[in-house]
Amino acid sequence: MTGRLDSARAVWVLAMWAVRESIRRRVFVVVGLLTAGFVALFALGSTVAFEHNPEAQQAFGGAVDAHELAGATLNGLAMFAILFLGCVLATFLTLSVVRGDAEAGLLQPLVVRPVGRAQVLLARWLAAAVVCAVYVAVVDVAVLLTLKATGDWMPEHAVLVVLLLMLAVAVLAALCLLGSVALTSIANGIATFMVLGAGMFAGLLGQVGHGLGNASLEHTARVVSWALPFEALYQDGLARTTAGQGGATKFLVNLGPFGGGHEAGNGLLLYVAGYLALVGVLSVAATRRRDL
Amino acid sequence: MAALALDVRGLVKTYGRQHALAGVDIAVAPGELVGLLGPNGAGKSTLVKSVCGLVRPSAGTLTVFGDRAGSRAARVAIGYLAELFRYPAWCTADELLRLHQRLAGSDGGAAERQRLLDLVGLPGEAGRKVGAMSKGMQQRLGLAQALVGGPRLLLLDEPTSALDPVGRRLVRDVLGRLRDSGVAVLLNSHLLSEVELVCDRVVIVRAGTVVAEGVPSELSRPRGVEVETDTGRRVIDGLGRDDVPALVARLVAAGEQVYAVRPLASTLEDVYLDAVGGQTG
Repeated sequence: MTGRLDSARAVWVLAMWAVRESIRRRVFVVVGLLTAGFVALFALGSTVAFEHNPEAQQAFGGAVDAHELAGATLNGLAMFAILFLGCVLATFLTLSVVRGDAEAGLLQPLVVRPVGRAQVLLARWLAAAVVCAVYVAVVDVAVLLTLKATGDWMPEHAVLVVLLLMLAVAVLAALCLLGSVALTSIANGIATFMVLGAGMFAGLLGQVGHGLGNASLEHTARVVSWALPFEALYQDGLARTTAGQGGATKFLVNLGPFGGGHEAGNGLLLYVAGYLALVGVLSVAATRRRDL
Repeated sequence: MAALALDVRGLVKTYGRQHALAGVDIAVAPGELVGLLGPNGAGKSTLVKSVCGLVRPSAGTLTVFGDRAGSRAARVAIGYLAELFRYPAWCTADELLRLHQRLAGSDGGAAERQRLLDLVGLPGEAGRKVGAMSKGMQQRLGLAQALVGGPRLLLLDEPTSALDPVGRRLVRDVLGRLRDSGVAVLLNSHLLSEVELVCDRVVIVRAGTVVAEGVPSELSRPRGVEVETDTGRRVIDGLGRDDVPALVARLVAAGEQVYAVRPLASTLEDVYLDAVGGQTG
């Protein structure tokens, strides 16, 4: 029991140390300022889009709800951007946890202490995942408030979608941490962004396949989204925001790159929990085998 | 019988086909200060890292006070200063020591941190950021970090490489005090004079094997006797300290006036050079 308490305390100490490092290195100041810029740009775009709603409605006629179309597309765009920004943060907080820190001589003094390598990894992942999840939640709430203020529009299942995005960045942080065991910091950063890109691209392919009625494309996209479940979470969130739409509006939303999505079903959260556990086990096993 | 502070038997470490360590046996008793010498690439750092649990041995057994090296119990007992170490530039000396206190489970509090900073010659530097310290100060802070929690076995890998002569003297004094208080020390250093001055025993490693081992004075061999007489100065080979009285008597009997006699012994440097065959990494 004491051993478990010691382990939990070590994880807490190291996680808080990682958070403190981010604060002291002014990571949050830089991220906050740049995010404020993003939200301002989004507010500008949102204002203009909703202002042109009457003209769009006139062009579409009665079959399409231009207001819904604009809201869903803007929200889909924001979700994409938030996932990207969350990925940037997650990557920079975890890209050097094992190999990078070991090569710099930062890791050895920690793991020589009576702290297991598993605890170091868990602490670093927890710190990154919580920081990124909170960040994603804050930005998404800012986006939702902007959509409400500029167009009186709010997606369905807004809270659930925020939670899905928070989980998606936690998955990205876990993948980047796994990559840090074998890859140098730069290689791992590049790899993580490429993995994000691959997942998002597969999602787009799936939407194209859905629009064209191509089962092969849809299947490929589904396989990729389960292999990289941040994409499944993102797709699931997208699908939920527009679940209540129908007819031509739904069709047009699905055609766009930031609409539609694919509902993953009830097993997604359970699957993601298992996926995170598997990535964690692989990371710990690989780190234990590694000479430092 | 008390367990050895460090007991290494048949330690082998291979990287692919390369043998970094090819069957090393080393024992360090509690309160003993052992110097580890050898050229670059001899396997010294790999040995120290194996003891810390940072490197997985390919074969052999390593125990620290009877516990398997790398186990939690063994890591509780050791303090370690790496050759290539770095501490976060953003934190202060006090924050760094506090972190290690918490990880080591030390309840020494502020008093321990202050005592360690005083010990390594950094009084009044608790609030200074690591990034604002010289390399020498960081190395001394590293020594303080290694001493957090009162380790019973201290593993130091080139702990004075960045220090000036005053800093080296300070570290030597610290090591002497640690030995007096019963702490075992394995000191990996290139500085032969330093090792000779402070260590009870030296182990010389070459190409992953121990090639010489012993007390520095025992390792040195007689190299003749230097005499200075009215005919000049010369070295008479094959003689040692015990031969001096007879030699002086013979010279006087031969009518020479003897001004000085000095038995010559090989230095640790000579022993080292013989042992490693002039090899450098």
